[in-house]
Amino acid sequence: MLSVICAGFGGQGVLTAGLVLANVSMAGGQQVTWVPSYGSEMRGGTASCRLRISDSEILNPFFDQADVLIAMNQESVDTMQDMVAKDGTIIVNSTMVDIRTVRDGMRMIDVPATALSSEMGNPRGANIAMLGATIAATALFPVESFADGIDSYFDAKGRNTPLNRACFLDGASAVKGE
Amino acid sequence: MTEKRIPKTLVEDNKFCPGCGHGIINRVLAEVLEEMELVDMAIGSVAVGCACLMIDTFGTDWVQAAHGRAAAVACGIKRVRPENFVFTYQGDGDSLAIGFSETMYAAVRNENITAFIVNNGIFGMTGGQMAPTSLPGQRTTTSPAGKDPSLAGQPLNIINQMRQLPIAYLARGSVGSFKEIIKLKKYIKAAVTNQIEGKGYGLVEILSPCPTNWKMTMRGALDHMGDNVKNFFPTGEFIKEGVHTDA
Amino acid sequence: MTRAFMKGNHALAEAAIRANMTFFGGYPITPQSEILEYLSDNLPKAGGTFLQAESELAGVNMVYGAAAAGHRAMTSSSGPGFSLLQEGISYIASAELPAVFVDVQRYGSGLGDIFQAQSDYYVATRGGGHGDYRVIAYAPASVQETVDLVGLAFDKAEQYRNPCLILSDASIAQMMEPVVFPEKRKCDPDHEWAVRGKRGGDFKKITSTMYYTENFDQYIHDKYATIQANEQRWESIQAEDAEIVLVAYGISSRICKEAVSTARAEGIRLGLIRPITVWPFPEEAFDGLGKGLRAYLTVELSALPRLRDDVMLATGMKTPVHHFLAGNTVPSSQTIVKQAVALLEK
Repeated sequence: MLSVICAGFGGQGVLTAGLVLANVSMAGGQQVTWVPSYGSEMRGGTASCRLRISDSEILNPFFDQADVLIAMNQESVDTMQDMVAKDGTIIVNSTMVDIRTVRDGMRMIDVPATALSSEMGNPRGANIAMLGATIAATALFPVESFADGIDSYFDAKGRNTPLNRACFLDGASAVKGE
Repeated sequence: MTEKRIPKTLVEDNKFCPGCGHGIINRVLAEVLEEMELVDMAIGSVAVGCACLMIDTFGTDWVQAAHGRAAAVACGIKRVRPENFVFTYQGDGDSLAIGFSETMYAAVRNENITAFIVNNGIFGMTGGQMAPTSLPGQRTTTSPAGKDPSLAGQPLNIINQMRQLPIAYLARGSVGSFKEIIKLKKYIKAAVTNQIEGKGYGLVEILSPCPTNWKMTMRGALDHMGDNVKNFFPTGEFIKEGVHTDA
Repeated sequence: MTRAFMKGNHALAEAAIRANMTFFGGYPITPQSEILEYLSDNLPKAGGTFLQAESELAGVNMVYGAAAAGHRAMTSSSGPGFSLLQEGISYIASAELPAVFVDVQRYGSGLGDIFQAQSDYYVATRGGGHGDYRVIAYAPASVQETVDLVGLAFDKAEQYRNPCLILSDASIAQMMEPVVFPEKRKCDPDHEWAVRGKRGGDFKKITSTMYYTENFDQYIHDKYATIQANEQRWESIQAEDAEIVLVAYGISSRICKEAVSTARAEGIRLGLIRPITVWPFPEEAFDGLGKGLRAYLTVELSALPRLRDDVMLATGMKTPVHHFLAGNTVPSSQTIVKQAVALLEK
């Protein structure tokens, strides 16, 4: 079972990233739970959601220890790394996060998600680039097949662009290049 | 020799007190529904109060709502069965005190239902307590020294409350005299017609005597209506087919 | 079958449409407003009527009217608004009409707050309003179970001509999970008891049935006894040989299920009884548990014990009944295991 927190400013597509991850994982035959930040869990302007992805029944949709934190902004890194497991992974949007100090033993992956998506002419695709890094880092699914899943998801919504796939693959290669 | 013709819809003698206006109003409504051939498709919504006594004697389908909520029940019925003629029949305490919100909002939404509100200025069934429509100085069991408007407010005039709403029909009639009863029948017919034609909400308020709780004779009650009640509650048609009249 | 990924509230609303609900009247309140939002868009497209009522009082009485006319009708609310529905639910029960209600529980009395909780157990299981009636109350523990129980609630409401309740909570309502929907049902609203104008027949009156039912006391007693005998639903997980049996419903039951498997892995004999109907309470689930049973432990998201009382009644207090109250925070399964171990060490 993989436990993921996805956090960032409102408007950075944090909840959408969580939904895409959830939907594509579900289409890939996984069980999924998705919980939005709620009540006292909401901190400042940071929005977040929590996902669990598993090939068997998921009982507790809540968790204290995440395997992966997808951190779209500085505040997410600062306030949410305590919720990541000792040997967990933080995927950091390095365009937006200057101070990248994390606890010993944690794996940190820098993805210049905002920059690379902007260069590509798809500034709203930063969240998708972060997903690319997440899939590559966790090996939850083969990168190419998850990219197909993203295409199907946005095709079904009638608002796909080839740039989504491109952003996703760019994000994934940020991990390979580590 | 004159023949006593009672509408077939009145399946039993009514259960109201001697001199009560409800019996006349029941009869006029029954005549209208029969003349318009609506009895078979009519569904009435009553709530709580003397008005409810009619569900055993007035032969249409009935639903009895919680106190005050007849208009909301009627909305629910009409929305799922638009082919039926749906009406509310309530006293002033029921519709204008506890049920003021439901009464008003049915009009705000211009629900395609017809409301009959019988205004006798008092809570009848519970034994003569003050109502929102009680007149200043009126002695009731909860205003034994007379209604004090500085404490309880001025009589609530539902016609004035509804006049600015986009409804189809609005009138106030009375059973205070033979002439007024003839007019009342015309008002009821007009309100019913508006629903049948899909024009929307119609309300007929009806001034009615309650000699029992007013502690008056029948004659005294009718005089009181003419001399006092009508000063606060003028009769007439105020909105016809969605258009404001000069009344 | 295709799985959709949906929020509990949205799935609940879609399930009601699939169950051929044709009327919904409701009022916004967090955390159930998504039910209104979904239905305002999708119910009219399915041929039904959505009305945003001026209050919960109006909403429940609109449901009363639509139900009296034979149509499948529903309203939903949460805590403070659920209190306001009780008058109408009592009338609907008294008139013996089918209708479905939803309470997405939130925390606290009065205004309280929007956090997940299980504070409305009494009002959900004791009838809620005035007088002699009960409501068949279903407590889903997942988005899929929410969907399944909404369909069942409409059927049971018609079978017994009695209100049914979906007792959800902010967690189940706000979370998203994969879900499969049944095909849309067809229902005939022209029940023999429904008002639709007398149409040449006898006129009908829908009001408190005590006015028209002979031996009313006995009739009501038998009606609810039949429901109690036939409609208890529960899930029992490794309770047969358990030393401690957890009792929990809704979101807390999921955590308890996890606690059972954690504890069993450590050799601790923990079990779980999960009521699916909280009324009728699944008393039968407590029959014939093993001789090694030492205590029950209810796990509740509330400030005062509620479910605990029903376990005491169901078991005749022959075995101690403890409670763990987690307030508005969903506890971890480790916390629950610790509580159970502490009881064993007593």
